[in-house]
Amino acid sequence: MVRNIISVSSLKKDFIVGEVTVHALRSVNLNITEGEFVAIMGTSGSGKSTMLNILGCLDKPTEGTYLLDGIDVSTLSKNELARLRNLKLGFVFQSYNLLPRTSALENVELPLFYNDSVKPRERRERAIAALGAVGLEDRMHHMPNQLSGGQQQRVAIARSLVNDPVVILADEATGNLDTRTSYEIMALFQELNAKGKTIVFVTHEPEIAGFTTRNVHFRDGNIIKENLVTNRGSAREMINAMPMEVDS
Amino acid sequence: MNITNLSKIALNALLRNKFRAFLTMLGIIIGVASVIAMLAIGEGSKKSIQDQISSMGSNLVMVMPGTQMMGGVQQGNASSKALDIKDVKAIRQDCPSVSAVSPEVRGGGQVVAGGNNWPTTFYGGDVNYLDIKKVEVKAGRMFTEQEVASAAKVCLIGQTVADNLFGNEVDPVGQTIRFKNIPVRVIGLLEEKGENTFGMDQDDLLIGPYTTVQKRILAVTHINAILSSAVSEDATTQAVAEITTAMRASHKLSEGEDDDFQIRTQAELVSTFSSISDILTTLLGAISAISLLVGGIGIMNIMYVSVTERTREIGLRMSIGGRGLDILMQFLIESILLSVIGGIIGILLGVTASAVIGNLTGWPIAVMPLAIIMSFLVCTAIGIFFGWYPARKAAGLNPIDALRFE
Repeated sequence: MVRNIISVSSLKKDFIVGEVTVHALRSVNLNITEGEFVAIMGTSGSGKSTMLNILGCLDKPTEGTYLLDGIDVSTLSKNELARLRNLKLGFVFQSYNLLPRTSALENVELPLFYNDSVKPRERRERAIAALGAVGLEDRMHHMPNQLSGGQQQRVAIARSLVNDPVVILADEATGNLDTRTSYEIMALFQELNAKGKTIVFVTHEPEIAGFTTRNVHFRDGNIIKENLVTNRGSAREMINAMPMEVDS
Repeated sequence: MNITNLSKIALNALLRNKFRAFLTMLGIIIGVASVIAMLAIGEGSKKSIQDQISSMGSNLVMVMPGTQMMGGVQQGNASSKALDIKDVKAIRQDCPSVSAVSPEVRGGGQVVAGGNNWPTTFYGGDVNYLDIKKVEVKAGRMFTEQEVASAAKVCLIGQTVADNLFGNEVDPVGQTIRFKNIPVRVIGLLEEKGENTFGMDQDDLLIGPYTTVQKRILAVTHINAILSSAVSEDATTQAVAEITTAMRASHKLSEGEDDDFQIRTQAELVSTFSSISDILTTLLGAISAISLLVGGIGIMNIMYVSVTERTREIGLRMSIGGRGLDILMQFLIESILLSVIGGIIGILLGVTASAVIGNLTGWPIAVMPLAIIMSFLVCTAIGIFFGWYPARKAAGLNPIDALRFE
């Protein structure tokens, strides 16, 4: 039996801008099961960001139902949504959103501060483990400005992992990185996915989407195409195939 | 979300911007320190006034002529209101609670000795005048009853007058000085009393028999005041009552008439000057409180800027599970920490400053424990009051907008 992590049906989202109603999402149905690595694609204005906000429980749909790990999100209050985000979701952003002048370890610890059941000792241990999982155990006490873009994004990924979420939501997570570093980040996501993590990855780059298992294309608030990735590339192999960069 | 975690988050946020946090606190530090120091100085001066007045004799009762004008209307012939020696005799006879009575006559003028001259006041009294006023004779002697009776041209001289007329070399006792061209022999030098709390030099005077001042110097028959001592401090009220009766009889006032004299006791004087000093203390405190208020506005300003500057941080915190209340509490705790830490530093600084000011100026300083407790409470209140608005702004942000904020 495959477990449905995300189950969205007839989802609509309208924004009222002045006197005009903008239909950001018209009627979206989408199921994402455990262990999937889904790329949500589309141009700007296609509705993919709105979709991600709703999936991330940061926004509520106008109509339709959204079940996250079997919980009907539409009935929850603001505070209950916050708790759900804390326990079930991990976010990775394009611009990392790390706290400045705060060590990598403390940045990763942050979500656990909002969970009362995690004691300080456990908080530290789990943060160290998460940093280990992204290969940054030797950079724990570095500040964000002492880390490269790729390393900062890894800290952010560690932060999204630390509460052991049911799904990681990544919003253009490679958007600020060069090709090689993008591949490294994708290789990390592929490793996490291989260990069973469910990942939803918003991107507009087909090349990046090629590393996922399924692509969902949005246009004008509708899903226009869904396809399984057949010849899925390995980001790790792509990096190895690239010419070695020579340090100057 | 428990308060320990929130406090840790808030403290970390402040530590990320140590210098800014310090500058923000500076307003509160200066405000609290000045409130504490000003109140300490005010309270100290009040204590010193009280001590000084008490040292003049806490059982002193003074009778002075009544006010000559009431609401701009002349109340009668001034001379009829004036006191004279008959009143002194009446008090001496009819008031068992009064142990000593002396008239006081005074007149200002230039005193000349050799080539030097000096403006001063010549006080006239009875033989017990110095005892009532608690003044000692340093050299020479007090005048005698015989000298009072004969209006002898003798006087005791205050240190300031002595210094100005004779310098350090000449012993003033035995010299002859001229007050308003009347030659007077100096028979004694008064012990120094220094300046009083109001900055008046208590050594700038001459004291002689009241008869001398009345007849030889001023050519008047009235006296300016009657000084008397109650038998004890507790008997002061009784003494006042007896003196009032004696004075009314002496002035032949009928039942319905108002007193044409005033009676002042030392206790009254203490309370009068204490209340003046209280007003001063309040004034100083109020001015300092304004700087505390400005400090509070400084905190609000910084917290407000901080909320805008950290919009993305707020968005992030919300996305990883921070509720609106958590964000509100974080910013509120930050502002309370700023004001309370600032307050504690301010209290320490204020107490130190009070001690230093006390040492440098010799003013008596009394730090009030109440001021410290109040400052602390006020600081907490400032933190909550001025932190509330920015904190609410932060908590009300939409996480989606906050995350995308540039």
